[in-house]
Amino acid sequence: MRKTCLDVVYDLAKQDERVVFIGSDLGAGTLDQFRDEMPDRFFMEGVSEQNLIGMAAGLAMEGFIPYVNTIATFITRRCYEQLAVDLCLHNLPVKLIANGGGLVYAPLGPTHLAIEDIAILRALPRMTVFAPCDKEEMARLVPQTLDLSGPCYIRLAKGGDEIVSDAAHGFEMGRAIMLRQPGKVLIVGTGITSTRAMHAAKELADEGIECGVLHMHTVKPMDEAAILSRLDDVELLVTVEEHTLVGGLGSAVGDLLLDKAPASVSRLLRLGIPDVFADKYGTQDELLEYYGLQGPQIAQSIRDVLNGAGEQVA
Amino acid sequence: MINLAALEREAHSIYEPVALDSRSRDLRRLVVRALVGGGRGHLGSALSAIEILRVLYDDVMAHKPEQHKWEDRDRFLLSKGHGCLAQYAILADHGYFSKAELDRFCRFDGILGGHPDAGKVPGVEASTGALGHGPSIAVGMAVAAKLKGAAHRIFVVTGDGEINEGSVWEAAMAAGKHKLDNLTIIVDYNKLQSYERTEIVQDLEPLTSKWESFGFAVRNVDGHDVEGLRRTFATLPFASGRPNAVIAHTIKSRGVAHAEGDPAWHHKSNMTAAEIDGILQAIGD
Repeated sequence: MRKTCLDVVYDLAKQDERVVFIGSDLGAGTLDQFRDEMPDRFFMEGVSEQNLIGMAAGLAMEGFIPYVNTIATFITRRCYEQLAVDLCLHNLPVKLIANGGGLVYAPLGPTHLAIEDIAILRALPRMTVFAPCDKEEMARLVPQTLDLSGPCYIRLAKGGDEIVSDAAHGFEMGRAIMLRQPGKVLIVGTGITSTRAMHAAKELADEGIECGVLHMHTVKPMDEAAILSRLDDVELLVTVEEHTLVGGLGSAVGDLLLDKAPASVSRLLRLGIPDVFADKYGTQDELLEYYGLQGPQIAQSIRDVLNGAGEQVA
Repeated sequence: MINLAALEREAHSIYEPVALDSRSRDLRRLVVRALVGGGRGHLGSALSAIEILRVLYDDVMAHKPEQHKWEDRDRFLLSKGHGCLAQYAILADHGYFSKAELDRFCRFDGILGGHPDAGKVPGVEASTGALGHGPSIAVGMAVAAKLKGAAHRIFVVTGDGEINEGSVWEAAMAAGKHKLDNLTIIVDYNKLQSYERTEIVQDLEPLTSKWESFGFAVRNVDGHDVEGLRRTFATLPFASGRPNAVIAHTIKSRGVAHAEGDPAWHHKSNMTAAEIDGILQAIGD
């Protein structure tokens, strides 16, 4: 997914002289071809995220379109004020490419787990937040970011992720994709949790429980209509996110229901990471399982609610 | 071992207050006008920077008040955004907006807030106020100018307390790396931050050596000496291929004798008419 994203940035730079790339201290060989062919527009600026964002802002004020890339925790937590003031307040077209969203860096521990990134970026006016589910969707997303007038955040998954997106669905920023038509249950996912939601839906379908999957690749601005228009048809709405339950996709959907469909709030089940720092290492998949976010566990949580045994978050 | 900090501090003691001419006093009265309009303001922080901004806008920078987005203009960033009363005074004086706006400083419908907003104020390039942001934005602007082959220059004024921020030194490293001789960072070194003297809160010395070690060509100057400032800026760039730093030795609240060097005047609010009269009398005609 990361390679796909950067390859598209390279293609965009070849076509458009406004595009510049700014990295921190990325892995050896990253975008070598970009550096060799367009050295003036390739910047590897060191472990200085505050400066990266400010510099990107200055370039954007002068008409350039910077794509900035580093690890998700560092491009969000470390330079949050620069994101708020330099990028959002000035509404500049700077694109943030965040390696290792969610639990990807499981073996590296909580310093590297970006599990509140969506919450804190969603809180910033003018920030657009993307979490595509696989590399093919990434390839459809990134070209569209070129003309986005304000800042955006692109959350990358681990790489080698199962392909669940489909070119036939197209891609439009801010427009959610129904990967699977809803039955009595509709799961709303983002990033790779949409993939896990698909696994759960298939498992449930085998038991006769029809379950849809709505992939919210753009968490902000959220496609509210895609959810509200389905509420009459579903008994249970479920959100699944590789993110803390504080302020992420589940919170956004909860806010929406409270504001526009309060009678449906009790039909919402939010699945995500509790309000803790990870106390285990291992792999992304192991941590997803630890937090009950793999397909079979999502299916079980849904069964529990439908059987009246589950504890509904709302 | 040589005590470089002590040596440099000693060298700074040569600066003696110079008399302020009528233009400097006029600009200070505009600052007071806004202070009255808003009922508050960072007076001390503005008055230390008046001559720096005056010389830049009057004598150094290419700019067009009637066409503030003119492509070839020199860019100016007031990174110490809380000193905005100084910038508002000089911008109003140059006609970027009506002086009547000063009377609406910090008012609900005014365009002039307690920190400058690029979205509202003609002539303000970037919204500042959160400290330590200007230098990095300026690095981006300076790199952009080099990429375009443009001749315009970028000027940034920082506070001295402001350069406690680590982001300033991240930007300084980047400026040196990219050999940004089109970038000039001016430190308004009044040696007094909000709480106390900089020497007590977070000593900056040896400051000249510090900037030099980041690759800058550095000049020290009396920040209230208009002729000295002109002479200094006239020699830009100080060295080809190196970013420029001007350490401007200033006095907080300069021009209001009873407030000079007193940290209580960093920010003022709820001032009485008598206090305002006292300030105006101190500034003089």
